[in-house]
Amino acid sequence: MEITENHRQYWRKNIQITGILLAIWFVVTFVVGFYARELSFTFFGWPFSFWMGAQGSLVVYVVIIWYYARYMAKLDIEHGVHEGEV
Amino acid sequence: MSGLFKTDGGPSTAGSAAAFKKGLNKVYTWYTGGFLTFIVVLAIAEQMGLSRQWIGLSFLAATVLLYAGIGFITRTTDADEYYVAGRRVPAMYNGMATGADWMSAASFIGMAGTLYLSGYDGLAFIMGWTGGYCLVALFLAPYMRKFGQFTIPDFLGERYGGHIPRFIGVVAAILCSFTYVVAQIYGVGLITARLAGVEFEIGIFLGLSGILVCSLLGGMRAVTWTQVAQYIILIVAYLIPVVWLSVKQTSIPVPQAIYGYQLEKVTAKEKLLNNDPKELEVRAIFKQRSADLAEKLKDPAAALAADKAAATTKVADLKAANAPAAELAAAEKALASLPRDDVAAKAAWSKAKAAADIKATPLNGMAPHAQQFKGDPNGDAAAQKTYDNSRRNFLALIFCLMVGTAALPHILMRYYTVPSVKEARDSVTWSLFFIFLLYFTAPALAVLVKFEVFTVLIGTQIDQLPAWVAAWNKVDPTLLSIVDINKDGILQLNEMSIGGDIVVLATPEIGGLPYVISGLVAAGGLAAALSTADGLLLTIANALSHDLYYKMIDPNASTERRVTISKALLLVVALAAATVAAQKPADILFLVSAAFSFAAAAFFPALVLGIFWKRATGIAASLGMVAGLGTTVYYMVMNQAWLRGIFGITSPVDLWYGILPISAGVFGVPVGIAVIIVVSLITPEPSKKIQDLVDHVRYPNLLGDKGTRAT
Repeated sequence: MEITENHRQYWRKNIQITGILLAIWFVVTFVVGFYARELSFTFFGWPFSFWMGAQGSLVVYVVIIWYYARYMAKLDIEHGVHEGEV
Repeated sequence: MSGLFKTDGGPSTAGSAAAFKKGLNKVYTWYTGGFLTFIVVLAIAEQMGLSRQWIGLSFLAATVLLYAGIGFITRTTDADEYYVAGRRVPAMYNGMATGADWMSAASFIGMAGTLYLSGYDGLAFIMGWTGGYCLVALFLAPYMRKFGQFTIPDFLGERYGGHIPRFIGVVAAILCSFTYVVAQIYGVGLITARLAGVEFEIGIFLGLSGILVCSLLGGMRAVTWTQVAQYIILIVAYLIPVVWLSVKQTSIPVPQAIYGYQLEKVTAKEKLLNNDPKELEVRAIFKQRSADLAEKLKDPAAALAADKAAATTKVADLKAANAPAAELAAAEKALASLPRDDVAAKAAWSKAKAAADIKATPLNGMAPHAQQFKGDPNGDAAAQKTYDNSRRNFLALIFCLMVGTAALPHILMRYYTVPSVKEARDSVTWSLFFIFLLYFTAPALAVLVKFEVFTVLIGTQIDQLPAWVAAWNKVDPTLLSIVDINKDGILQLNEMSIGGDIVVLATPEIGGLPYVISGLVAAGGLAAALSTADGLLLTIANALSHDLYYKMIDPNASTERRVTISKALLLVVALAAATVAAQKPADILFLVSAAFSFAAAAFFPALVLGIFWKRATGIAASLGMVAGLGTTVYYMVMNQAWLRGIFGITSPVDLWYGILPISAGVFGVPVGIAVIIVVSLITPEPSKKIQDLVDHVRYPNLLGDKGTRAT
């Protein structure tokens, strides 16, 4: 097997999207968690950081994973590394 | 159904895969309908007078027979089928199976209780046990699937070359899975005992038979299809009572969306309870008790002698005065129940003092539900320190639970069973979605139950409390007990002791639902515990039979022999775990959380660097795994009370940065990563063959690549 420029590009884009999504994950989890006491303005009855911990962050996690799967499926096809008939 | 699951394991084309999925949809739709009908029939039978015992037994028999039946239909001796369910499981169904595999008795029964007792701080479990799937999706699942072997030590062995990394992987996989499975079997025993009204030990073996029939006959294939069935039961069982309770309190059937308003009311009530004169009275009594005990603890021997003398005199006085028999019996009982010697007295009084100290604090020792962290950043030095410590531990626990989630072998293994890399990615989305349904609801349940306790129970005449209070007190006083401390006949918050598990178990009765729903909840808890135990036992047996026996001891063993050995080992491991669980080990919750720190430190650095850094070498990975796991184990043994006792550690507890031992992985993971990087850079680069393997794993399909299918 031969790794071509096309393949390197694919891997770079993968690393890029992984990095971006990981940054979002980090902010939602650890940055909001760190400033939880400060972020306690009321949000539909909940203190905002409580709502983020109990529900908001969970929604973001599901969206992160869903978006990654969608993005990578497209990227696979663009770079001709998808499974099945190439 | 049998024909469906028996389709042969050859490479599936797009057409046959679609047909397979369509067939599955049909089977599980019928199954769900059948299960709901079963509940309705039981509900009608209850109205016609079927006893509670029979309802419990019906649930137990029906579900365990169902799981065993699926195991029987999907029995197999084929290695691909036995180890990875033929790699044909569609993404959505693998997601459901992962959900059931993931959500244990602790999630199903314990989670809402933890949230009830610790409020915001308990959310570390909610975030940790869901956010970890982001790491699974981004760093592991697709690459593991492309690698396409059978176990996690397989990957370590191939990527890092040689038996040593594989062997360390086997040891670590067994260490974290075994501690975890003991807790599951313990849960199985408790629930079975409650459902069928038998002894705890018999309950363990009854439940175990359900696990064994299933996984022994069909391995991963049987476990997968059973877990899908178990997921459906557990999610139905979890959601029905919460929705009902929400309708009862707010007349809106979406508890997840509206419990913020209930939380506001709970917070307002907490402020009232803080300064309520009756509550203050109860707390003062406990404060006095604690002070009395502190006095006694200064000289336990003398205090015990004084107690004994007083009790003896009282008995003698009563005898002399010809007091009523009941009064005399009580005095004699009090005398007999005094601690035997001053060592026993010291232990008993220290325990009683700790309990009284908690009860002397506002809100029964619970933090205000919505308050983030303990202490106060604007308070005095001590309050600031408490705040910083509490916040640091909250974040450290989230880190350990997340990274541990992404490294537990029984979860990663599930992504070997899907047909392709693309499906593996989709499957993580489905997994988290199905897990999300429960975790999204647990915080709502905790608040709804707290609202019920604060507004309905507190302040009510003790003899007019709802019937479920007395009923649960009778079942198990550690779950719920009430003592009228200030003798005013009215319930104050600090007069009530609650075990977390009651939150889920009693919800149907709090909501005023028929008993059949309580049976359903127990069946859901059983499904959660059994499905997790299934996955864990399989992981341990496979690590031993596939990695240790086949790959390291006898590489020429035939497929049948390997599968047979795996089945035999499964039986041995299951019995060993049941034996340990039957001893009722003390700190079971700690063991479960410890498994996450172990997995995080042992596997995560080696797995992720193995995929993302070609330069990572075998020696480095071995050293890194040992160093990471070693650091974690060392920190726990040195600082965790129960482990200190076992290993006889007497040096003073020395917490690094105030991090509690439950989050030891927060040190182990960075140590593991650092060791792998440093040692890799000073050892020779991995061979071309291994670097090619890394490329193979990185691209779903490479031209001229070796096949994705494992042989």
